[in-house]
Amino acid sequence: MADTKEMKKVLFGPILDNNPIGLQVLGICSALAVTGSMQKALIMTIAVTLVTAFSSLFISMIRNQIPNAVRIIVQMAIIASLVILVDQCLKAFAYQMSKELSVFVGLIITNCIVMGRAEAYAMKEPPLMSFLDGIGNGIGYGAMLMAVAFFRELLSKGSLFDIQIMPLLRDGGWYQANGLLVLPFSSFFVIGLIIWAIRQYKPEQVEKD
Amino acid sequence: MEHYISLFIKVVFVENMALSFFLGMCTFLAVSKKISTAIGLGIAVTFVLAIAVPANQLIYHAVLAPNALGEGIDLSFLSFITYIGVIAALVQVVEMILDKYMPVLYNALGIFLPLITVNCAIFGGVAFMVQRNYNFGESVVFGIGSGVGWTLAIVLMAAVREKLKYADIPDGLKGLGITFITAGLMALGFQSFGGISL
Repeated sequence: MADTKEMKKVLFGPILDNNPIGLQVLGICSALAVTGSMQKALIMTIAVTLVTAFSSLFISMIRNQIPNAVRIIVQMAIIASLVILVDQCLKAFAYQMSKELSVFVGLIITNCIVMGRAEAYAMKEPPLMSFLDGIGNGIGYGAMLMAVAFFRELLSKGSLFDIQIMPLLRDGGWYQANGLLVLPFSSFFVIGLIIWAIRQYKPEQVEKD
Repeated sequence: MEHYISLFIKVVFVENMALSFFLGMCTFLAVSKKISTAIGLGIAVTFVLAIAVPANQLIYHAVLAPNALGEGIDLSFLSFITYIGVIAALVQVVEMILDKYMPVLYNALGIFLPLITVNCAIFGGVAFMVQRNYNFGESVVFGIGSGVGWTLAIVLMAAVREKLKYADIPDGLKGLGITFITAGLMALGFQSFGGISL
């Protein structure tokens, strides 16, 4: 059984030291699409964290029974069932949000963080550690998502969680909204700059060529 | 015929999977270090797309669409899990073929080969096909075209990155950081194709 220190590393490591988006290059598609507003990013974070944690847990539980040749299909079946569960829960308890997120909830199936962690971690490690690893990576993904959404929503609409922080020019305020950051590909620039910031702070992540 | 050609051009340039819809980004950024690997992965993705899109088109219209199996039977809520099943099976086949006949490419692709299953370009391609209600011929062209478009984008990206190796980049931006910014600029460039009407 792993000790507490190891658990802590697995749980909090992915936020800065081993960020799924910033270092492992996983889960980028949705990071570009749902970062237009903070609220969407938050719901997406919760959904992805739950799916990653539980899929890692279940896959790890049956890892010794899965034949290597069909492992992808087994993993996909587990992940897809979990995503359908999350989708149904959202529809039941947060219908407005599920309407706004409809496409992206389905796309969690194809979010490579879930599959990447299953393949890289849960297939080798015991259930409890895999579960924590899933939660940790979900949080790391969420931290990056929220950071990008923070800059995009603040600079493109002058608001956070739909609460106006900087009054816009067209409503008689002083802030000129930045139209570039409304477009999805602006997240490329924001993520690129955030990665730069992280690597200035943690120079050991700098890639050698 | 003309219709199919214009559909093909549209999918490759105007509605490029990678740079207009940002699908398949994870592999796009991670495997674009060398042109040769990029081409190999591009071919694999095109192959899977070219089979998965028409196959799912047939399954959707024969089984899943409302009233397809019989009056009042609507199985479209099963669509996601069916698509993913078909795609996963195909990827497994491609993986076995590569392992047997092209071990070098198999090793170079590493974890990203099984990840083709969750490559959103393929899932997205299937979803677009259903959403836009393509017939069988159109879905074949669409599948191949979107694969070619994605390959084009990743090869261009790899070409830029091979040159970037010699550029003097601030330490923190090296590697992934500058790649993100390059991809952003390329997406900006591909926006200009949006003006073409076919």
